Amino acid sequence: MKILIIGLNHKTANVETREKLAFNGHKLEEGVFGLKKIPEVKEVAVLSTCNRVELYTCVSSTASAVENIKNFLSEFHNIQKTDFEKSLYIHTDTDAIKHILRVASSLDSMVVGEPQILGQLKDAFDFALSKKTTGVLLNKLMKKAISTAKRVRTETRIAENAVSISFAAVELAKKIFTDLSGKSFMLLGAGEMAELAARHLVNNGVTEVKVANRTYERGCELAKEFNGKAVRFEDFLNELVCTDIVICSTGAPTYVLHKEQMQKVMKERRHKPVFVIDISVPRNIDPEINKIDNIYLYDVDDLQGVVDTNMLERKKEAEKAEKIIDEEVEKFVKWMSSLDSVPTIVALRQKAEEIKLEEIEKFKNKFPEIDVEKMKAVEYMATAIINKLIHPPTVALKEDTDDRDELIAMIKKLYGINGDENEE
Amino acid sequence: MGIVFFEIALTFYFAATIIGIVDIFKGGKESSRLMLFITITGFATHSISIVFRYITAGQLPITSMHEASSFFAWCIVLIFFFLEHRYKIGIIGAFILPIVFILMLSSSIFPREISPLTPVLQSYWLPVHTFLAFLGNAAFAVACGIGTMYLLQEHYLKSKHLGELFKRLPSLQVLDEINYRLITIGFPLLTLAIITGALWAESAWGSYWRWDPKEVWSLITWFIYALVLHVRLTAGWRGKKAAILSIIGFLTILFTFFGVNLLLKSLHTFS
Repeated sequence: MKILIIGLNHKTANVETREKLAFNGHKLEEGVFGLKKIPEVKEVAVLSTCNRVELYTCVSSTASAVENIKNFLSEFHNIQKTDFEKSLYIHTDTDAIKHILRVASSLDSMVVGEPQILGQLKDAFDFALSKKTTGVLLNKLMKKAISTAKRVRTETRIAENAVSISFAAVELAKKIFTDLSGKSFMLLGAGEMAELAARHLVNNGVTEVKVANRTYERGCELAKEFNGKAVRFEDFLNELVCTDIVICSTGAPTYVLHKEQMQKVMKERRHKPVFVIDISVPRNIDPEINKIDNIYLYDVDDLQGVVDTNMLERKKEAEKAEKIIDEEVEKFVKWMSSLDSVPTIVALRQKAEEIKLEEIEKFKNKFPEIDVEKMKAVEYMATAIINKLIHPPTVALKEDTDDRDELIAMIKKLYGINGDENEE
Repeated sequence: MGIVFFEIALTFYFAATIIGIVDIFKGGKESSRLMLFITITGFATHSISIVFRYITAGQLPITSMHEASSFFAWCIVLIFFFLEHRYKIGIIGAFILPIVFILMLSSSIFPREISPLTPVLQSYWLPVHTFLAFLGNAAFAVACGIGTMYLLQEHYLKSKHLGELFKRLPSLQVLDEINYRLITIGFPLLTLAIITGALWAESAWGSYWRWDPKEVWSLITWFIYALVLHVRLTAGWRGKKAAILSIIGFLTILFTFFGVNLLLKSLHTFS
C-alpha cells in the first residue's frame, strides 16, 4: 500500500481552477464515495478549502491510481483534464507524509502560521471517518498530522505575531492598554482600511465607538454599524479628551491634528495614554505628536514595518517547525515500515499451525487407541512447542532494525514461506 | 550552619540571575519558570540561614552590614513572590533578581561575625523600625525593576523597533499600575519606619530628630516618593516620569543604605 496525495493550491492554480475542482456541500460526499470506487484506491479523505483541494489516498498502485483519479476529477467536475493537469501536484510516500504534516502545521498556507487550516483538516478527517472511507494507514497519518501541528504550535511561536496591518494595530494597542474592553475609540474619517482596523478593535473588546467624519451623515451611518455615536468633525478635539485609541483616515491633503492641540488634549486628559493610528496617505496627523509623553503614534509605514518584522519572525519559526516535521515524518516512516513485517509474522504463525495440525493428525492415526484426555495433553504440548519456536523470530521481526527487509527474506527462506500469498 | 545555607542561597540567586539575564535576551516561558523555581529554592535556603542567624544571635539579624544586606535581599524576594503570585509575569524576575544578587554578594563580602548589641540597640523598637524600613525599601526596589521594564517597553513602542523582548514584556498599563501599587505600599511603610525611628531616637537619645546623615537621606527618599505620589494625583504624572522617579528613588535608597554606612559617619553606621 502506498500513500498518494494529489492536489492543487493557491501556489499552483488560479482561483478559477480551484473553484471548479472544489468539493463543496453535497459534492464532498459524492466525491469521497466516487474516489473510493476507483479500484486502486483503498482509503481516501478529501480536503477542500478556498485555497486548496487535496485528495489523501492509500493506493495499491500509484501510476494507474493517478490516471484514474485525474479521469475521475475531470468527469466529476465536468472539466477538461488538460485544464487542471498542470496545476496538480502529486506526492507519494515520504513526500506525501511530509506534505500533509506541512499543510496541517500551516507551513504551506498563504499566510504561514494561520490557524484555520488545522480545523479544516480535522473536519475533513472527521467526515472521512464518519463515512468510513479511511483505514489504518490514513487514520494514523491524519492523527499524526494533527498532533504534529499541535506540537509545532506549542514548540514554536509561529502564530504569535500579527501579520496584517489591522491585527498589528490591535497587538500594539494591547501592549499599551492590556485589555481593550472599556477603552474608548474614535474613527477620524471613514477610509476603508480604517474601517477594517476599527472592526478588529471592536472585535477585541473596544466598547465605546465614536465616528467623526467631514460628512456628518456618512459618520452617522458608520457609527450605527459599530453601535457607536457620530461626532461632528469640528468637535473631534473635545472628544479626544476622553478617547484612548484614534484611527485617522480623513483623506485630507494636510495635517488635521497638530502637536500643540494634542499637548492641550493631553493636559486635559491628565496624561492618560493615547494610541493614535494614522493610516491616511498623505498623513493627517503631525508626526511630532509622537514626541509627547504617553502618546504613541503609528502611521501606515510603521504598521507595515511591524507586519514585516512579524513576517520575518514567522519565517524563523517556520524553520524550527520544518525540523519538527522532519522528526515526525521519520517516526511515521518507521511505523509504516514496521507494517512490512506483519504479513510475514502472520504467514509464519500459519505455517507453524499447519505443521502442528498435520503432525497431530499423523499421531492420531498412529495411536488410534489414545483417549481424549491424553490427546488434549498432546495438543497442548504441540501448541507450546510451536509457540516457543516461533517466539524469537516474531520478536526479531517486530524490532525496529535497519536490516528488517533482509530478516523478512531470510525468515521466508528458512521456513519456506511464500510471502506473496499472505500479503495484501 | 547558617553560613552554609547562606552560601547555598547565594548560589541559587546567582543561577536565577543568570537565567534571568538570558531570559531577557533569548528566553521564553520555560526559562522564566526555571528562574522562578530556582528563586523559590534560594529563598527557602535563605530563610533557613536567617532563622539560624536569629537563633545564634538571639535577635533579628539586621545589625551588621552582612545581616542587613542579606535581610534586605530577603524582603525583596518576598515582595517579588507576592507580585508573581498576583500578576504571573515571569520575566519580572529578570529585572529584580540582579538587585537581590548584588545585595547578597555584598552581604557575603562584609564581616560575618556576630557582635553584641550596643545598649542603645537593645530595644523593642529595633525589630519594628528596621523591619518596616526594609519592607518599604524592598517595595521600592521592586518598583525600580518595574520602572526599568516600563522604560524599556515605552522605548520599544515609541521607537517602533519592536524586538523579541517587546512581546514578552507586559503592557505599559500593567507596569504603571504595579509601579504605582508598590509605591503606595512602600511609602506608608517608610513613613512608619521614620516615625518609629523618631520615637526610638527620643527614648534612646532624648530627641526625635538629630539630622544624622541616615535620617537626612531617609527624609530625601521620603520626599522623592511623596513627590511621585503627589504629582501623580495632582498633575496626572504617570508612566515614563513615574518610572524614572522610582528608579531615582531607589538609587537614593541604595546610597542611604551603602553610602551612608560606608562613607559617612552616622549614628546608624553598623558595626
